[in-house]
Amino acid sequence: MSTLSRADVANLARLARIEMTDQELEDLSTEMDVILTAVARVQEVATSDVKPTSHPLPLRNVVRADVVTPSLTPEAALSGAPANEEQRFRVPQILGEEA
Amino acid sequence: MSLTYEDVIAKYEPVLGLEVHVELNTHSKMFCGCATVFGAEPNTQTCPVCLGMPGALPVVNEKAIESSILIGLALHCSVTPFSRFSRKNYFYPDMPKNFQISQYDEPICVNGYVDVEIETDEGPKQFRVEIERVHMEEDTGKSLHVGGATGRIHGADYSLLDFNRAGIPLVEIVTKIVPGTGKYAPEVAKAYVAELRDILRSLGVSDVRMEQGSLRCDANVSLRLIGAETLGTRSETKNVNSLRSVERAVRGEMIRHAELLNKGARVVQETRHFQEDTGLTRSGRSKEQAEDYRYFPEPDLVPVEPDAEWIEKLRASLPEQPTLRRKRLQEEWSVPDKEMAAMINADALDIVEATVKLGADPTRARGWWLGEISRLANEKDVAIADLAISPADVAEIVSLVSKGELTDQLARQVVEGAISGEGKPAQVMESRGLKVVSDESSLMAAIENAIAAQPETAEKVRNGHIPAAGALIGAVMKETKGQADAARVRELLLAHLGQ
Amino acid sequence: MIRLSAHEMASALEAGETTSEKLTQEHLDRISSVDADVHAFLYVDTEGALAQARGVDAARKNGEKVGPLAGVPLALKDVMVQKGVPTTAGSKILEGWRPPYDATVVKKLKDAGIVILGKTNMDEFAMGSSTENSAYGPTHNPWDLSRIPGGSGGGSSASLAAFEAPLAIGTDTGGSIRQPAAVTGTVGVKPTYGGVSRYGLIAFSSSLDQAGPCARTVLDAALLHEVIAGHDTHDATSIDAPVPQVVKAARDGNVKGMKIGVVKELNGDGYQAGVRSRFEESLELLAKAGAEIVEVSCPNFEYALAAYYLIAPSECSSNLARFDAMRYGIRVGDENGASAESVMNLTREVGFGREVKRRIILGTYALSSGYYDAYYGSAQKVRTLIMNDFTKAFETADVLVSPTCPTTAFKIGEKANDPLAMYLNDIATIPVNMAGIGGMSVPCGLAPEDGLPVGFQIMAPAMQDQRMYSVGAALEASLLTEWGAPLLSRIPALGGAK
Repeated sequence: MSTLSRADVANLARLARIEMTDQELEDLSTEMDVILTAVARVQEVATSDVKPTSHPLPLRNVVRADVVTPSLTPEAALSGAPANEEQRFRVPQILGEEA
Repeated sequence: MSLTYEDVIAKYEPVLGLEVHVELNTHSKMFCGCATVFGAEPNTQTCPVCLGMPGALPVVNEKAIESSILIGLALHCSVTPFSRFSRKNYFYPDMPKNFQISQYDEPICVNGYVDVEIETDEGPKQFRVEIERVHMEEDTGKSLHVGGATGRIHGADYSLLDFNRAGIPLVEIVTKIVPGTGKYAPEVAKAYVAELRDILRSLGVSDVRMEQGSLRCDANVSLRLIGAETLGTRSETKNVNSLRSVERAVRGEMIRHAELLNKGARVVQETRHFQEDTGLTRSGRSKEQAEDYRYFPEPDLVPVEPDAEWIEKLRASLPEQPTLRRKRLQEEWSVPDKEMAAMINADALDIVEATVKLGADPTRARGWWLGEISRLANEKDVAIADLAISPADVAEIVSLVSKGELTDQLARQVVEGAISGEGKPAQVMESRGLKVVSDESSLMAAIENAIAAQPETAEKVRNGHIPAAGALIGAVMKETKGQADAARVRELLLAHLGQ
Repeated sequence: MIRLSAHEMASALEAGETTSEKLTQEHLDRISSVDADVHAFLYVDTEGALAQARGVDAARKNGEKVGPLAGVPLALKDVMVQKGVPTTAGSKILEGWRPPYDATVVKKLKDAGIVILGKTNMDEFAMGSSTENSAYGPTHNPWDLSRIPGGSGGGSSASLAAFEAPLAIGTDTGGSIRQPAAVTGTVGVKPTYGGVSRYGLIAFSSSLDQAGPCARTVLDAALLHEVIAGHDTHDATSIDAPVPQVVKAARDGNVKGMKIGVVKELNGDGYQAGVRSRFEESLELLAKAGAEIVEVSCPNFEYALAAYYLIAPSECSSNLARFDAMRYGIRVGDENGASAESVMNLTREVGFGREVKRRIILGTYALSSGYYDAYYGSAQKVRTLIMNDFTKAFETADVLVSPTCPTTAFKIGEKANDPLAMYLNDIATIPVNMAGIGGMSVPCGLAPEDGLPVGFQIMAPAMQDQRMYSVGAALEASLLTEWGAPLLSRIPALGGAK
């Protein structure tokens, strides 16, 4: 089975937006090896003739009518915000693509 | 040494790909009951679901599914028997859950086309733009970047987020690659977006206002040497927000690519941003590593399996195709080509048609909407459809004029009053006292007064100098505050003076 | 009073023998005296509970019609959002957050006049089998304070066993209601997936999570089940069908002619001897009560654990992305012009515990391009195979049974550094979640070797939850006859016990 290097774990941590110490990366890469070896057992029976199930329910087409229901007040919406300003959520500078 | 467009097309063949995002005009959001009013106060249209609060769950808006199917049908797509929502995972502060609910490998509609017609050197020519897929997703919130020199994201000190837009239903329409347009690539791109806009408007599923962002276009452009088989590297220009910009962006990218290729440099596969002021594109922040969206089926939602009955019901409600409708109306109303183009340009087709349906003569209806009403709309800088005058009002005014109860001059005042919010035509006429004076005795009194005031002019008329009557008629009209029928006044006056 | 069943408390309230306010106060007093040792609660809502109790008393006094459990107190797992009440899901990242809305389950509890005492401790975001992964310290098993109370809902089960509450709400993703019930000698039910709304349940793994009732008796669990179950338009995965008649089944406790299938693969190697012997004795009692015991085989169950540890982490890696310091929760590192990205990274580093990070990384990997088919995709196929096994087994048996967990409660700290050993606790409970069917754990005695409670698991087909209650009630009644008193009467006295 594929093993995860420290760099692999660092890349996963980047995708998952978690800052990790070197020690954490080291520990996780060891633990991941053990866990991945265990969970890779699924491949023994997951043959091509078996259909995947992503959900246990056979439900289809569950929808709601296009009707407006009350929103939160802006005060309630912002009540848990670490910072707010001008009735908006205040967040640190965004580095990235201009949306 | 910048290349001319002619240099580019002499050597390269452009290949287009267009992705259009359409905000649906549902009353409520894609996955919650929050309202979708444009321009509302910040964060007044939010709830636990569209704020991505812990524990909140999405439920699909039925109207959004129906609108998506309608779009697919209008674009000659097949509706897939089984479609699903997936999660597209990436972090961005304006996306509350840090995943977007979207459709990935199981979209609602696939494989359609749009035919567009453009003017070429050899006359009008049709191009077929093939549609790969139509899928549903949700919009993000809006960021306001504070501080920094430019007010742009780069250099801002911090940002303020408003989630009113988060969760508004979006439909993404993706074309297959469009080869074979040659030098007309920019025109084809523009014509495609324009045609799509007309189709969407005819369906009534979106406001399709590019300037408000309810229709956004991403243009993919690549070049290959003429005759080459393999595709060149493409760039993706984001959020081009006017029809003119679509054309400019495609042209600009073609030139930029050609300059790179001629130098022997590589075109970088990247996202670029169109700059309205310069008509050029600017590179987005280059990503050090490729994104991995880790799509997987959205476990909080169940699949969409539209049955034949549902699809056929929607198909039956499809309106006439815009191109066919335009041809039909032009014939029915006998409108010359040039005027027809003006009417389409002014977005007046729907409103004129509605007015005609209420009994108005097509030429007169068109005259009002494209004349006086358009002039007042321009003054106020709003669309004619947003003025406080309805097709029913205009139809009524046209009818009053033809019955002689209003003169054209009075009618203009009625229109002006209605637009100023003074009410329906009847109310405006009542409150402003606008009515043709048909009582001949009072007209005669006014004529006598005019003659008494200008005896010399009257004498000239008696002596056969008919043009002098104008001054007397003017005086009568003034006394009756314009409410007399000028033609009738003239008749009476001339008769009275023995002419 | 606090040692009565919820049903008995409700009868006393109805008869006017006590008031909800007094009953609630008694439980609050009990919490004050023992919870320093047990640590079942993360937050006790003294004022809110008393106000709610007085409201029910007033309604009753005015002759208004109140529900069958009106005025009875309940402990709420901290994974359920309750408007205005601190809700953390056992995580530091949500410290101090007061939700602006009620979960559907909470709304139903309030409408039924059930008094919410407070929020119970749990493994962070319900990831764990021992409640040791709570950011706020472990909960202790009232049977032996040095042992775990199960997890993730250890706070809820411990509060029942410690007589701090007669009813509790749990959530079960891989066994988080049933395993804590088993190791504390209480009853826990995971209803059919979609039977109880998930709206307001802080998601761990959306396709597996299910809220359910926890109680000291089968009838109490049934009464609570009927309060919280039913279709909810806010949850697209909620089943739009009548709630199974679980109270009737619990009252009747009739297993005559019922076929009970013993799952061969869930009873053998790796199961503690005392667990097996109590399980076998229970089967005999059920046979005596008129049930037919048969053996069934579910060969793919051995892959359930592996599939679970791909599906749950995958879904959680996405579900937990929303905890990003932008809109709620703690924010770390917002200084010196730090970027939003860096603040997210630092907040998630500090705000999430080790197990949560482990699963997020595992899930991120399982979904990533190039590995999806091998991991997440394969796990989904195993899910199909497990469902097929159940379908086949239910052709020969009305319900399936097994021990709820392989062992009795282990010591706090014993498995903290061995994730795989910890994961094995859920080996018998996970198949139920994978298939979305119902599962129940009923106490079936104490293991002779350590004197700790053993759980008996009953599994029923989707939306046939009443069958579990029939079997659970029959077993409970037979054991009560054997023992002469409920199992919990044998629990050692806590510091503050009367």
